[in-house]
Amino acid sequence: MKPSETIRAEYPPNRKTSAKWRVWKQYLVGFAFISPWLVGFLGFVIGPMIASLYYSFTDFDMLTSPNWVGLDNYITMFTNDPRFRTSITVTLLFVFVSTPIKLAFALLIAMLFNNKRKGSGFYTTLFYIPSIIGGSVAVAVMWRQLFGGQGAINDILLFFGVEGKSWIASPDHALMVLILLVIWQFGSPMIIFLAGLRQIPEDLYEAASVDGAGKFRKFLSITIPLLTPVIFFNLIMQMIGAFLVFTQAFVTTQGGPLDRTLFYALYLYERAFTNYEMGYASAMAWTLLIVIAIVTGLLFYSSKKWVFYESEKG
Amino acid sequence: MKTKRRFKTFLYHFTVLLFGFFMLYPVLWMISSSVKPPAEIFQQAASLLPSAFHWDNYVEGWKGFGSVGFDQIFRNSLFVSSMNIIGALISSSFVAFGFARLKFPLKNVLFACLIGTLMLPMQITLIPQYILFNYFGWVNTFLPLIVPAFVGGTPFFIFLMVQFIRGIPRELDEAAVIDGCSTFGIFWRIIMPLCKPVLVTVTIFAFLWSWDDFFGGLIYLNDPSLYTVGLGLASFLDSTSASSWGPLLAMATLSLVPQFIVFLFFQKYLIQGIATTGIK
Repeated sequence: MKPSETIRAEYPPNRKTSAKWRVWKQYLVGFAFISPWLVGFLGFVIGPMIASLYYSFTDFDMLTSPNWVGLDNYITMFTNDPRFRTSITVTLLFVFVSTPIKLAFALLIAMLFNNKRKGSGFYTTLFYIPSIIGGSVAVAVMWRQLFGGQGAINDILLFFGVEGKSWIASPDHALMVLILLVIWQFGSPMIIFLAGLRQIPEDLYEAASVDGAGKFRKFLSITIPLLTPVIFFNLIMQMIGAFLVFTQAFVTTQGGPLDRTLFYALYLYERAFTNYEMGYASAMAWTLLIVIAIVTGLLFYSSKKWVFYESEKG
Repeated sequence: MKTKRRFKTFLYHFTVLLFGFFMLYPVLWMISSSVKPPAEIFQQAASLLPSAFHWDNYVEGWKGFGSVGFDQIFRNSLFVSSMNIIGALISSSFVAFGFARLKFPLKNVLFACLIGTLMLPMQITLIPQYILFNYFGWVNTFLPLIVPAFVGGTPFFIFLMVQFIRGIPRELDEAAVIDGCSTFGIFWRIIMPLCKPVLVTVTIFAFLWSWDDFFGGLIYLNDPSLYTVGLGLASFLDSTSASSWGPLLAMATLSLVPQFIVFLFFQKYLIQGIATTGIK
């Protein structure tokens, strides 16, 4: 269909102006409405992306003009920068440990609240509170104190006769403390799960009951398969979020002890804004984008096998 | 049978409340520690009941660090957040209307770009943006924290609104056209009034996220008199010895008050917003 036809189909023709001008005017109005985003997209997204790709092949340091160094930054990163390798390891460990646990919790609690009992709305709200305040410095400050040498967690452990230590200062436990922090904020995936659970038709469960299925069987054969699109969505969102964690680590551990919580975003920040190695940091940013793209791509690829959309049934 | 059901109900509420207590314990702990006498924060760390209410922590904390008081820091955050809300409301409603209702070349390609940026890590644009803002002379001003909001800096909001507007029947627009309404008229008189719920959702998230934002301030603000709450707390943390944890926790508690208030009043919209689109 030609553009002029679509417009005529939508709006009654005005014979005073020519058809051609009306088409152009409509386009102009359309662009005028989206122009704020268009300006931002070109100026603050596409432009910077091209620039950052260029910088990643240079030794730019903000002071002198950038020199082309080819793949040097990328080669250094993978062959001659142990801290880069540490940051990759720490981040991948964090992402692949925290995400599944967080989602399992979110689903478990969502199922607990998916009923017509009194107060489940109130409980949902209550359990969502940590996620509301989650990214703030106040929470990081609080967490740092709770898991510190003289923190409340140790007091509680002492009550059970366990000798505590400064968990955030311990190389073997600091990462675990941060993993706990993000798991604690399972509110958003919980609410999305809850919305998904409420869309599962009640009669499916009833039919299964008639066939003699137990609770666990119903969970495995009805809830999980019908929820796979929501699980997939939550998985993607939470995983990307975990790759980018910064504030919590910056405030609680600052990457320490012994770089055991040197998240990728933290190391990138350090290279860029402490050392002003903008070229190297840009190369790191592109590597991050590629890693995220690969992981998401793999998830999308695998989703064909395990994500079940109802529309595909028929 | 009846007692069994009653027992089950009791067990349910008991379990949920117990678990809820553990969930909220850190927050309750922070609130109670903020009124504990300083020594008690460490000595009876796990306790949620202060032996006496020590309001001095708030007085001490309010003075801030160096010459910058927390009143200044709260004003800064409030200003940045308000501007972010205004920017988000204006830019996302115009742009969303454009994508949801108007026709122009490359529309589908551009919308795909918008969706693509939803998943783009900000690190990828961070450095050139910093260089650009530095070139504009915007470093050490609020502009880098505010201007992006006016040009659709949070594509989630646009996406959210597009989805919402698509749900409004097109017959309404067509009727308005027959009555001689202009495109802007349709936007302003028909669509916007119907968008109130989604506008509330955008407002809440714009507030919560900009209030929480630490990274933007960390990069662009050097002058302590411009610090936002996150930065204020972080530098408080650096500059204070163990003895001033009380004031620090007092200010941390205060910094969460606006978020709690917004949350309590608008939780309905917030939860709907997440449930339908999966933000955050």
